[in-house]
Amino acid sequence: MSQPTQRQAYWTANLKLVAGCLAVWFVVSYLFGIILVDQLNVIKIGGYRLGFWFAQQGSMYIFVVLIFFYAYRMRKLDQKFNVEED
Amino acid sequence: MDLKTLTFLVVGATFALYIGIAIWARAGTTKEFYVAGTGVHPVANGMATAADWMSAASFISMAGLIAFMGYDASVYLMGWTGGYVLLALLLAPYLRKFGKFTVSEFIGERYYSKAARMVAVLCLIVASVTYVIGQMKGVGVAFSRFLEVDFHTGVFVGMAIVFVYAVMGGMKGITYTQIAQYCVLIFAYTVPAIFISLNLTGNPIPQLGLGSDMVGTSVSLLDKLDMIVNDLGFAAYTAQKKSTLDMFLLTLSLMIGTAGLPHVIMRFFTVPKVADARSSAGWALVFIAILYTTAPAVGAMARLNLMETIQTGPVGSADGNLVYADRPEWFKNWETTGLLKFEDKNGDGRIQYYDDKSATFADKAASFGWKGNEMVTVDRDIMVLANPEIANLPNWVIALVAAGGLAAALSTAAGLLLAISTAISHDVIKGMISPGISEQKELLASRLAMAGAIVVAGYLGMNPPGFAAQVVALAFGLAASSIFPALMMGIFNKNMDNIGAIVGMLVGLLSTLIYIFWFKGWFFIPGTEMAANTADNWFLGISPESFGAVGAMLNFASAYVVSKITPPPPEHIQHLVEDIRVPMGAAKAAAHH
Repeated sequence: MSQPTQRQAYWTANLKLVAGCLAVWFVVSYLFGIILVDQLNVIKIGGYRLGFWFAQQGSMYIFVVLIFFYAYRMRKLDQKFNVEED
Repeated sequence: MDLKTLTFLVVGATFALYIGIAIWARAGTTKEFYVAGTGVHPVANGMATAADWMSAASFISMAGLIAFMGYDASVYLMGWTGGYVLLALLLAPYLRKFGKFTVSEFIGERYYSKAARMVAVLCLIVASVTYVIGQMKGVGVAFSRFLEVDFHTGVFVGMAIVFVYAVMGGMKGITYTQIAQYCVLIFAYTVPAIFISLNLTGNPIPQLGLGSDMVGTSVSLLDKLDMIVNDLGFAAYTAQKKSTLDMFLLTLSLMIGTAGLPHVIMRFFTVPKVADARSSAGWALVFIAILYTTAPAVGAMARLNLMETIQTGPVGSADGNLVYADRPEWFKNWETTGLLKFEDKNGDGRIQYYDDKSATFADKAASFGWKGNEMVTVDRDIMVLANPEIANLPNWVIALVAAGGLAAALSTAAGLLLAISTAISHDVIKGMISPGISEQKELLASRLAMAGAIVVAGYLGMNPPGFAAQVVALAFGLAASSIFPALMMGIFNKNMDNIGAIVGMLVGLLSTLIYIFWFKGWFFIPGTEMAANTADNWFLGISPESFGAVGAMLNFASAYVVSKITPPPPEHIQHLVEDIRVPMGAAKAAAHH
């Protein structure tokens, strides 16, 4: 059984991870897809303007990667702090 | 084989499959009925969640919206996918650990308050019912078109099919049926997209085709589209037309709303472990993103095909426009439905499709002898259904699209009906009226509630209250402004107490409701609007659809302030919160009931 302080450390580590992931979530959709869209549209990748690509393609790919990254890191945290389900 | 026979065969075969699965996966216990016995593999659950989430609106309407809104439609793409990030990071694993059947049950226990549970049940039922009306209507329209019966018979057929597999199978039956429905709908969506992308750009992957050059030229598809629409007075496809603040808030409202919709959250109670709840949200998003990243390609290519079909030569040249008598077969088919309408305003027998509201283009149009846009009706919803016909694809592809649209509508309807019946039998009957009810009786009650919900949904689908489109804003507004903040604070703020949570939910709910009613009429009754629904009247230019995010902020802020000046929650509640924060011991929690 884990100690209360260890649970606290687990929770703090989780919060840090969540904050980091949400920062990426914000940047790719709200910042790149909406706020900075005109600035990024100057750059082209293939036939896409970059801002448009983030808004209609890129943000969604990154969302998927983010969730799996979070799930993977949390699995590691669960093991490290010994709080996994049996 | 003709199109009608083929459609019958394809649609019939898919339905036989769904009902067969329902019989195989009958539910025997309440737990199987509500949460499929928590034994669904995360990948399977993700696929079922994707089918549950993607409704007729995603399948049929979204690409049409994108085709005509261009860049501005990005709010729907990001809004309806980004919510899954919030779900996976902020809600799903903790609610799975809590180990109960419904969202309102969590709110009731976490805030040790029956009143809070009631508020949550109410939000849940309103949000789900408003959603299901649209689905039943979609099912009716689709059946009536493909079976060539009248609309009401179409709704009845849809009701009967949902009844068989939802009432019998419960969550278990629905989950396995939805997996089959996902396969049908994604196949139906991507096959025409691949063909069309290949035709236009030579690239078979629509996501890449959208960023490629047109076949045989060095002009990219999007540049070409921008050019074509610009030449006809429309704003450039890739340009922004909405205000940045409104786009920001609408995206945020849709994301928070998605994460707060009860029928979506419920899906994460069905996985075996807490860790599975996290990855299952990822799988759900993978399966959703396959359709959502294809949709922008479908939208842009459909718009391009449509424009080029009508504007056959240089803009303004004498024979640059399609002769009406030579219009293609699909054009005639959709004219008979009334969703596509042509009016020869200048009497030249040719079709002019341009933006007659553009002041800068007006002089040019006049010099060409054009007297107004002659495509007086182009319903956005026909784009996906007409797409295979516009691109001259074989009949079996068209039949497949019909089956896909039905799969999308039916899977969402079944998921919503389950959420409604669970709220009634578990939260209202077992939770409040008769707590001592036996499992058999509760199962019976939930089946009766489901049957009742199907009848009500069918009735409302046939007699839509006239505001079906507006209530979507309401459903998302409610979920975003009341349910999501209450759930999130329940997990992340140990000191959030009952009074704070209830005040927060009410503040969020009422501010959002009043803002929507202010511009759309009280209870959507026409003529009772307090101000015209235009950007000039909106508070800071925020549209009613976007206000859910503001409501959520007000909810968070007021709940926080109130919780600081009222007594903290009792010790056992603080322990409960600490307990749901760690995955360990989840099996015990789930076995509790």
